Amino acid sequence: MGLMNSNSRANVLMFKKLMVFSLVMFVFGYALVPFYEKFCEVTGINNLLQPDVLTKDNWVDETRWVTIEFDANIRGLPWQFKPLQSSARIHPGEPITVMYEITNSSNREIAGQAIPSYSPRFLEKHLKKFECFCFTKQVLKANETRQMPVQFVIEPGLPTDVDTVTISYTFFELPDGGSTAKK
Amino acid sequence: MAAVHGDAHGHGHDDHHPSGIMRWVRTTNHKDIGTMYLWFSFTMFLVGGFLAMGIRAELYQPGIQILEPELFNQFTTLHGLIMVFGAIMPAFVGFANWQVPLMIGAPDMAFARMNNWSFWLLPVAGTLLVSSFFVPGGAAAGGWTFYPPLSVQGGLGVDLMIFSVHILGASSIMGSINIITTILNMRAPGMTLMKMPMFVWTWLITAYLLVLVMPVLAGVVTMLLTDRHFGTSFFNAAGGGDPVMFQHIFWFFGHPEVYIMILPAFGIVSEIIPTFSRKPLFGYSSMVYATASIAILSCVVWAHHMFTAGMPTVGQLFFMYATMLIAVPTGVKVFNWTATMWRGSMSFETPMLFAIGFIFLFVIGGFSGVICAIVPIDIQVQDTYYVIAHFHYVLVSGALFSLFAGVYYWLPKWTGHMYSETLGKAHFWLSMFFFNLTFFVQHFLGLAGMPRRIPDYNIQFADFNMISSIGAFGFGLTQLLFLYIVINCIRGGEKAPQMPWDGATTLEWTHLPSPAPYHSFETPPVVK
Repeated sequence: MGLMNSNSRANVLMFKKLMVFSLVMFVFGYALVPFYEKFCEVTGINNLLQPDVLTKDNWVDETRWVTIEFDANIRGLPWQFKPLQSSARIHPGEPITVMYEITNSSNREIAGQAIPSYSPRFLEKHLKKFECFCFTKQVLKANETRQMPVQFVIEPGLPTDVDTVTISYTFFELPDGGSTAKK
Repeated sequence: MAAVHGDAHGHGHDDHHPSGIMRWVRTTNHKDIGTMYLWFSFTMFLVGGFLAMGIRAELYQPGIQILEPELFNQFTTLHGLIMVFGAIMPAFVGFANWQVPLMIGAPDMAFARMNNWSFWLLPVAGTLLVSSFFVPGGAAAGGWTFYPPLSVQGGLGVDLMIFSVHILGASSIMGSINIITTILNMRAPGMTLMKMPMFVWTWLITAYLLVLVMPVLAGVVTMLLTDRHFGTSFFNAAGGGDPVMFQHIFWFFGHPEVYIMILPAFGIVSEIIPTFSRKPLFGYSSMVYATASIAILSCVVWAHHMFTAGMPTVGQLFFMYATMLIAVPTGVKVFNWTATMWRGSMSFETPMLFAIGFIFLFVIGGFSGVICAIVPIDIQVQDTYYVIAHFHYVLVSGALFSLFAGVYYWLPKWTGHMYSETLGKAHFWLSMFFFNLTFFVQHFLGLAGMPRRIPDYNIQFADFNMISSIGAFGFGLTQLLFLYIVINCIRGGEKAPQMPWDGATTLEWTHLPSPAPYHSFETPPVVK
């Protein structure tokens, strides 16, 4: 078939090189996962699980008020979850602590992870969170109730046409009490 | 096809190979395998076309008539997957199998046994995909891009889709390795890289793109599989994963994939235009560099598919400008084709008609692509029929028209018979008319805000949808004419001379009789 020609050794060598290249690209696909996470961490995109630090030039804008509404949701796990106050009114730049309460109403130990969501979306840029139950997984024993704080500042840089914002948390169950979210 | 090779047996030394079905199962001959690739892709084209007819029948009028929404979603999803992975890609590999050895003066592909295997994986994958309609829960329904969370939540159909993508990926990678090795190691003496026909060049670059990105696709579907069944959380937000990351990795594969489907089309058109203009290709070396530039740029523009998924402005600007930059080498190609035709002694046989139709309509698709690349416009038209119109202009009147052009161009060499010129021209003009009837109005629908992947629509979209559906039915029927023409040409017809086109210069025309013998170039030709 003209197969065993003088090229066949060169062909096999080429085959090996290209197979190795394909395998490297397969691994590269997986390497994109930590790369993506590192990229988001370095650029501060999608920073859900790291506490923020307050910049030194923070100031309190006493000329305006912002109303913050608190929202709490459960997605597919037998818990109750609510903020102890449904809203707050503060000056931008003023630190505030809000308590949330979760209750495990089942008879087994369950681990959950809260994921935040903000409205308007650009609130994320102006929200500095120092402490949050969403930074780690929460493990609740059967019928346990726990109160947990969120401590944050809304920076005065928030556009002046925004007078009401919503901060929402949703708890998801972590399968097998698994490790907390990675970032 | 048996008839073709029945004829072919007469030529060359006829060494032992099994007859009947086993001949096709065990063949390692590049021409047999190329033929099987082409028939497989045409079969998949009919299946994908059937799904398209279902989609257009449902959209013929507002309201739900034929397909329940869940089934409609399965139709759109499988239409995309089957056309991309089952029809267009294997068809180009079929062309590569037939033409690359003939055009570089090689006796066969470098790894003939592996070539057989890469083909026979395809029917397995195709069967898995099509059979997923009949499993509980039906086929995958989250769109051909299978974004999580839908693809993580879907049923057994999604698993079948994942397996079939794995198999198709393996087949593509093996096919590409074969093509690269054949081109780099087995050219006839004297054929330097810069003397290779454009079709061979575009396939060399396409094959490199395939080994670059198909493994990444295999990786991302593997992640999806482990997320679904083995407790990982790559894309599951509750477990710390990120569904947007899926989109980044998918499109890192997906955008080069777009060029994988169009670069060989550029190659085919770059063979046909000079032949029927009876002039050498204008700016050969700039064509080579333009192809390479497009391939490189295609790897850094992926996020223009995700402008609305959430991205910093700097990122949007980078991907917008990089995307628009691709218009430069693509423009070089279009101007080179035009300059090749300029003052040429042109004739308009069916391959040339399809090639000119390709240039004309591909440019429209290219322009709507540049429009979609502009961030503020893209935010408006994302997931509307404008995008559907755009990518059908580049994939149907781009890739598919070039495949038709190539089939008509090489049929005389493959079968030894001329196809019916009258019917071929009818096929072209009907395709041209119905294609534009189907897809041109979809630009208007998209600009007016009609979303894609929805089985029902507001009454204001009714007229254009009816026009589009009529066009689609016409286009679908027209392709049965193509099947008739090809079968007729295989079974008989006017005897084709060695060189039926006066302007052709590549080795398969200058050195081989029609039909090309079963074994060709066992002694390599010398290229001056």
